[in-house]
Amino acid sequence: MNRNHISEQEVSMLLNDVLERYGYDFTEYAHASINRRVNHLFQLDRFPSFAEFRYRIISDADYALRFVEEITVNVTEMFRDPQFYYVLRQQVLPVLATYPLIRIWHAGCSTGEEVYSFAILLKEANLLHKSVIYATDINTSVLEKGRTGIFPLSQMQQYSRNYMEAGGVHDFSSYYTANYEYAKFRQDLGEKIIFSPHNLVTDGSFNEFQLIICRNVLIYFNKTLQDKVLRLFCDSMEPLGFLALGSKESLNFTSVSGQFRQLDGKEKIWRKHHL
Amino acid sequence: MATASRVVLIGGSAGGLQAILTLLPGLSVRLDAAVIIVLHRQNSTDSVLAELLAVKTSLPVREAEEKEVLLPGTIYIAPGDYHLLVETDHTLSLDYSEKVNFSRPSIDVTFTSAAGVFGPKTMAVLLSGANGDGVEGLADVHEAGGITIVQDPDTAIVDFMPRHAIQAVPVDHVLAAADMAPFINDFAGLVVG
Repeated sequence: MNRNHISEQEVSMLLNDVLERYGYDFTEYAHASINRRVNHLFQLDRFPSFAEFRYRIISDADYALRFVEEITVNVTEMFRDPQFYYVLRQQVLPVLATYPLIRIWHAGCSTGEEVYSFAILLKEANLLHKSVIYATDINTSVLEKGRTGIFPLSQMQQYSRNYMEAGGVHDFSSYYTANYEYAKFRQDLGEKIIFSPHNLVTDGSFNEFQLIICRNVLIYFNKTLQDKVLRLFCDSMEPLGFLALGSKESLNFTSVSGQFRQLDGKEKIWRKHHL
Repeated sequence: MATASRVVLIGGSAGGLQAILTLLPGLSVRLDAAVIIVLHRQNSTDSVLAELLAVKTSLPVREAEEKEVLLPGTIYIAPGDYHLLVETDHTLSLDYSEKVNFSRPSIDVTFTSAAGVFGPKTMAVLLSGANGDGVEGLADVHEAGGITIVQDPDTAIVDFMPRHAIQAVPVDHVLAAADMAPFINDFAGLVVG
């Protein structure tokens, strides 16, 4: 079943092409996952040979964009890891509540399901009105989806369960209007969310935040890039700010580990030391 | 310590846990290969699974961490709700992409990825299960020159997965779970001393 396979060297060539021609830098991504996705796209789009695949990427900017969007992972869900949201609600929101203006950066937000989840937490804590959430991703078409606040209705049952496990006490369906197969989330939830493109590899800091959420993004980067992005987060954060990562990600053995302390418990939430 | 030069992959779905519990006690404590287990399950029972397996073997058992180096004589469990991949430098990567065969972790993803890195130094074992995940990965292990083992469907709690694999892939050994350990020990070789 080893069809028409693209080797790791060939994948590297493509990534270099995309960097030189279009400025997207995937060269410091972990190889195994990106190899798998490049091979998947190669087969999906039925290229007869590597040469033709490569030529199309180099010569067709629209296709190159498809390449970029397909090799990045955009899977997400609302209230993913409910316990994580429970701890945010219990331990982080009370601290954020003390600020006059709450600035949050959700990096690598994909289609925005987790951003809306957090907006619901803020709403319920009566903090959303004084918050701004910058939701960023490298992929502009997923941001477009996030902006609409429209998600598949088929997922809502699962999301409602997650919401309750995360400590939600309201009727989850009060947050959206169902229309055919889609759920459109309430306008007031999206009002404080700014969806905007940002490339963690090449773009710098753009503000100082009290909370940075970046979940299941670092797992796709190699160690060097992980360190670089974590330094970016550290530099974009106020003293005593919070950094929240995915359930299998960690600051241990990274260049910023000395500047953060993990909250008690097993959730992947760290707090930056006071200077 | 040097990274593992061989890998033993074990994949299972419904009924797979029982088979793993049966074969683990037979594994030699001087195994000169890394063992990776991909088991379909609800994602909330992770730490429980590692503890459950640890009781059955003296080899260290742990849930795989991203960037972790594969060491010989260690058993790694694919964490719930992530795919587990192997890098060419014998470290592990996690991936939260789309489910494959309705599964995350997917047996196919890990088998195919590991076969690409370890080639003929791969042994893959497919156990009891009710879906087709693992069959394509097993084929990739075979193509890479690795050894393929499938649980004897007559001994599997759910025979769909092993039966499907035997039909679709050239399988080197069809065995009951209780008979697998000697083959794995033999393939992996033993650390001398």
